[in-house]
Amino acid sequence: MLIKKSNDIPSSEITPKSVYLNRRRFITGAVALGASALAVRELSGLLPPPPVVYAGVKLPGLVKSPLSTSETQTPFKDVTNYNNYFEFSTDKYEPAHLAVNFRTRPWTVKVEGEVLKPKVYDVDQLMKMAALEERIYRHRCVEGWSIVVPWAGFPLSVLINQVQPTSKAKYVQFLTALDSNQMPGLRYGGLDWPYSEGLRLDEAMNPLALLCFGLYGEALPNQNGAPVRVILPWKYGFKSGKSIVKIRFVEHQPPTAWSTATPSEYGFYSNVNPEVDHPRWSQATERRLGEYMKRKTLMFNGYGDQVAHLYTGMDLRKNY
Amino acid sequence: MNFDRYVRWIKPFVFLLCLAPMGRLGWKAWNHVLGANPIQEITFSTGTWTLVFLCITLSVTPLRQILHQPWLIRFRRMFGLFAFFHACLHFTTYLWLDKFFDVHEIVKDVYKRPFITAGFTAFVALIPLACTSTKGMIRRLGGKRWQMLHRLVYVSATAGVVHYYWLVKSDVRVPVRYGVIVALLLGYRLLKTLLSRWGGTPDVEREARPSAAL
Repeated sequence: MLIKKSNDIPSSEITPKSVYLNRRRFITGAVALGASALAVRELSGLLPPPPVVYAGVKLPGLVKSPLSTSETQTPFKDVTNYNNYFEFSTDKYEPAHLAVNFRTRPWTVKVEGEVLKPKVYDVDQLMKMAALEERIYRHRCVEGWSIVVPWAGFPLSVLINQVQPTSKAKYVQFLTALDSNQMPGLRYGGLDWPYSEGLRLDEAMNPLALLCFGLYGEALPNQNGAPVRVILPWKYGFKSGKSIVKIRFVEHQPPTAWSTATPSEYGFYSNVNPEVDHPRWSQATERRLGEYMKRKTLMFNGYGDQVAHLYTGMDLRKNY
Repeated sequence: MNFDRYVRWIKPFVFLLCLAPMGRLGWKAWNHVLGANPIQEITFSTGTWTLVFLCITLSVTPLRQILHQPWLIRFRRMFGLFAFFHACLHFTTYLWLDKFFDVHEIVKDVYKRPFITAGFTAFVALIPLACTSTKGMIRRLGGKRWQMLHRLVYVSATAGVVHYYWLVKSDVRVPVRYGVIVALLLGYRLLKTLLSRWGGTPDVEREARPSAAL
């Protein structure tokens, strides 16, 4: 008996799995994009949806800032390949690879707590709240290395004024994205997730405090905290939270990640201070990436003129 | 199979193999591919290889005994000296590239920073061992005394692991791994000593070792 197998599909016609999956992702993406575009359109009063800005997209027309330093900038390659981003890895070179596919759109930042106008901002909308400035800042890591980076953003105070903190708002808390599917570093419980950082309200209102969307004239690379982060140049790097999803105005000092993990080593303030050593190593000097000799660390990372007044009368040995 | 007669042929290859990590580091430095913080990378690499070679050195005796391969002992001195070689490089990196020979700063560091104290202890403990590694020195000291002295390597390995554990910011997984290895290697020795002491069997190994060390 002859059994015809005429219904077989030749293997050449089978869609490869990757293509099939890509198509699915494309459709889901398109639907999500459409939906979010629709939502944004509704919110922003039928304006055309803002263009989507991914890592690496050029940010044209950055305004120069008098707060910028003229020091030699750390090469882009070093700034974007030597990162502490523990949600991805505790190795500094790993986040650049592991964060490549981190999804930064659609992205919202929820502003809540002691404010008159709490709001959920779409990040592309948030970016347009004020003209983006280029701020070339020194950035000092608590581990004893430093970089000089041209960031792009606007003062955090712009957003704060927009949401109008109540009289009860004494502190601002920043919470980082938490997605164990995309962030392999979360499997190792080195810190309490989500990563939480905080400032006193007057610190957050300081003109130096930057809500940051880019570096080197382009949108933030994922490993540097895309799509939005804060930059606080007078504090150790870990205070400048990355990939922020929530900004909360609160009455009491919020718990912060490193200080919760090791209270004796990291305090709430964590201002750069060459006179107060980390219990395990000196903070008197630092190595600027790319330099052979170590250099002296400056009080408040050299931003004393702008921020020293915030701490008058405080014992910085106790409030480290 | 008697490997004993091949040891002198294998040795040069093992020697070259032991040089490979620093060869690789040198090549990377020459080509400027040590990453964003090259000095950190050199410090880290030399330190890691010191620990690796200490572990290799400490594993010679257990392997020799468990596998009944007495010829392995003939590699031990070389491994030990390679541990010292990497420790010297590591210490030099600290002295030169980190502290720029600032003796005052270094003394303060050793005194004030527990992790430096531990690292310094690990390094200093290796110096007499390297100095007395020659055949002449073993003869002069006598097997028993030489052996007593060389137990300092246990101190060095332990202090080395503590040094590593204390310096990391929060992720202690790797130092703990080294700690487990060193603990196993030292635990083996402790167990063997206890067994021979309480089990009543005379420790033939201990009698035989000084000559084997030659």
